[in-house]
Amino acid sequence: MIRNIQTVKDLAKQGKRLDSRSFSEYRSPVTIETSVSQTAEGSAKVQIGDTIVMAGVKLSLEKPYNDTPNEGGIMINVELLPLSSPDYDPGPPGIKAVELARVTDRSIREAKAIDFKKLCIRKGELAWFISVDILTINDAGNLFDAICLASLVALNETRLRPFDEATGVVDYKGTTDTKLPILKQPLSVTVYKINGALMVDPSRDEEEAFDSRLTVAADEDGIISALQKGGSAPLSVNEVSEMVDLALTKIGELRVIMEKK
Amino acid sequence: MAYNKRLDGRKTKELREMEARSGVIPNADGSAYFRVGNTVVYVAVYGPRPAPRFLANPTKGILRFHYNMMPFSGYGSRIRPGHKRRSQEIGKVMTGALEPVVDLSKYPNTIVDVFVELPQTDAGTRCAAISASSIALADAGIPMTDMVASVAVGQVDGTVVADLTYNEEAYDAIVSDIPVAVIHGSKEISLLQMDGEIKKEDLITALDMAVEVTEEIHCLQVEALTKRFMVQ
Repeated sequence: MIRNIQTVKDLAKQGKRLDSRSFSEYRSPVTIETSVSQTAEGSAKVQIGDTIVMAGVKLSLEKPYNDTPNEGGIMINVELLPLSSPDYDPGPPGIKAVELARVTDRSIREAKAIDFKKLCIRKGELAWFISVDILTINDAGNLFDAICLASLVALNETRLRPFDEATGVVDYKGTTDTKLPILKQPLSVTVYKINGALMVDPSRDEEEAFDSRLTVAADEDGIISALQKGGSAPLSVNEVSEMVDLALTKIGELRVIMEKK
Repeated sequence: MAYNKRLDGRKTKELREMEARSGVIPNADGSAYFRVGNTVVYVAVYGPRPAPRFLANPTKGILRFHYNMMPFSGYGSRIRPGHKRRSQEIGKVMTGALEPVVDLSKYPNTIVDVFVELPQTDAGTRCAAISASSIALADAGIPMTDMVASVAVGQVDGTVVADLTYNEEAYDAIVSDIPVAVIHGSKEISLLQMDGEIKKEDLITALDMAVEVTEEIHCLQVEALTKRFMVQ
């Protein structure tokens, strides 16, 4: 695939982007669709420009881990589907998918966004475990932000299934009105540094042309719950400060879009 | 007790509500979205692109299908991602279903990859995937001599019906589930499988029904493509 890497770098120096957006401008519209999978306990489809991802939540009743006998748990899995880009091949998740999943996992886990104790039904015996699977439908850049947003919306949409308390068998065809015990709403925004310029919501060309990137996740109070620096170029403390400021502003804007939905 | 009234109230030949769109995945060379009842499928076509050397055929291009159910797409607990014998087999029979109408003789040493993903399922997934793939291949501009539409027919407790749901497949009686793919012009069958039991006469009745009802799917396929390419 031919990428406009040099052009993106040259334009960045002149304060411009290939698609004529400003550095702090997201592609539009950002759309959120819910209930995109009737078989999931909660689901969401997020579209940012041409980037489309789908998240689905499945619940199961399992024995809690020995070190946290009165807590449920969460697992986040990202699949970069070969359906979504000529860059991806079939097979087990590669390092890109693993990083996306782990950063999203930390943004939720470290924010203490879910009250895992409330997921416990019988101490040491039975608790709800949450599986969030996020799959790419079309990768046109900025999967970090799209995946974090889709995961959170899918978790917010999730309703528990009825179950038999004695046997721990879940009735996957039944429905209840009970939501997950969600305490915080962490979202992430990734800021890219290209040829000295800081920008958000990169296209695939911009992702390939980057020097470094910083993903910042924060809750509604602006408390940061995950950071991930990528790329080979180092960042100064001042640059980190500027990137976090930009990320927090954009997280606020994403939150407005999410809450409107 | 005979199966006089279908569980969801449909007539014997009546298909579930359907929806089809093409060009839904911008990165792909061709793509389609297809829904029949609660079964939803996305298909993306990539190619013709250079084939891996161990597969390359110097006389014609290769058509290859990859079928996958998303982890949250089943009625039940999470489906673990990864290679499954069922998915492999469905990919293989799908290739057989579309190969008769796809002409890759002008593209030696290339491969056309068709990726099938299902976000939610309620039976008939391979049929929905074949109907969607036919749209996506046409959308990709792959040389084709015809379109293929697919539906499952079968017998539920003595009654021959079209487009079975999961609840009908699981009906507590003798049930047969027969996925069929029909080439539109010749009315020939390019995919035929069966689970369950059926008498020969009933099988022929069911196949005749499949040929008849796939006409409705064909119209929807054509509509999805004309909507995308029609210049007003």
